[in-house]
Amino acid sequence: MTDTARAEAFYTHVGSGGKVEADDWMPDDYRAAVLKFVEMHANSELMGVLPERDWILRAPTLRRKLALTSKIQDEVGHAQLLYRVAEDLGKPREQMLADLLAGKTKFHNVFHYPTRSWGDVGIIAWLVDAAAIVSQQALRDSSYAPYGRTMKKICWEESVHIMHGRDVVLTLMTGTEGQRSMVQEALDRWWGPLMQMHGPPTDPVTDRDLIWQIKSKGNEQLRQEFLDIYVPRIWELGLTVPDAALHRDEATGRWQYTEPDWDELRSVVTGHGPASQSRLEFRRLHRAETQWVRDAVLGVAA
Amino acid sequence: MADRVWEVFQQAAEGDPMVHGGSVRAPDEELALHYAREFYGRRQESVRLWVVPRDAILELDDPDLLQPPFDRSHKRPGGYVIKHKLEAARQRAGTSGTGGGGEGTE
Repeated sequence: MTDTARAEAFYTHVGSGGKVEADDWMPDDYRAAVLKFVEMHANSELMGVLPERDWILRAPTLRRKLALTSKIQDEVGHAQLLYRVAEDLGKPREQMLADLLAGKTKFHNVFHYPTRSWGDVGIIAWLVDAAAIVSQQALRDSSYAPYGRTMKKICWEESVHIMHGRDVVLTLMTGTEGQRSMVQEALDRWWGPLMQMHGPPTDPVTDRDLIWQIKSKGNEQLRQEFLDIYVPRIWELGLTVPDAALHRDEATGRWQYTEPDWDELRSVVTGHGPASQSRLEFRRLHRAETQWVRDAVLGVAA
Repeated sequence: MADRVWEVFQQAAEGDPMVHGGSVRAPDEELALHYAREFYGRRQESVRLWVVPRDAILELDDPDLLQPPFDRSHKRPGGYVIKHKLEAARQRAGTSGTGGGGEGTE
């Protein structure tokens, strides 16, 4: 079989719901697309703990401190699992970390922003994780089977984080007026990035990640699913979503909303967000300061 | 020391099958066990882990051997459709409706 015929058979296989294992033959385009997708996901898990890390020392109770520390440990664990999936596709882990620290590869927009209050910690753990789980659940069916299996494990752990976040928000919302406004202000800050998080709608005819079933749902479908579940849960607490245009069109069943700021999304994920550079600088510093641990573990002579 | 890839199998409860969980990368057995514990056992979701060097696993995925295009229905319970034969046998024996469904009837 020629490579072209082989590739055509491969794409027919994945396009019709077929699965691919790590050591199966695959066309370079597919390998590169899965790698890029998983690498960005892994980067996001690793960078995503930094906003929460800032709050370990400031958590209001011991139980919250334990839960937050545990969540952070989970997310770093997810990064490890995902880098494992990615390195089996041919890119060494050291190279992925070097590219991330050099700003050559991306991580999710929501991790480029600072956290201002404990309300932000609740909104992140509840709604950012909820928006993430909506897309991660759709990835359990990925044509790249090692990724799909990893997502099953990750989704299970993320569901704990959402409960932790919702519990933080509910505690504040049943507290003082000051605590309630702390949550509202956090929601006001995070709504824009949340609406951008799944990305602009893509054309299903040209979106290769969708055609090859690396992901099973498009960006807009994921955003609609997120709004469907979470807007009613936000409203029932007496919170106001900071978008006057947001409503569910009863005729179509679809959510209408103010067009998210896609320029902001592009700018933020290319390293121009308010906390992009400080977060990367922290990671670089941390990597340099822990070099001796890796050397000791790997038996490198001093 | 170079890292190796280790495959991790986990048992959720005593008596359950060992199920493949995923893999870890580690330079030696001791660290492989530590990583496996961190990624596949820190929520009390496992009572036992098996950690195996990936290159020790033998794989067979040859469809000619595993999915041969011959009728293998005689090897499966569903390959035996006895409903009508059982009914006929009961009628001949004059015991219709007394024996219940019997195993193997769908």
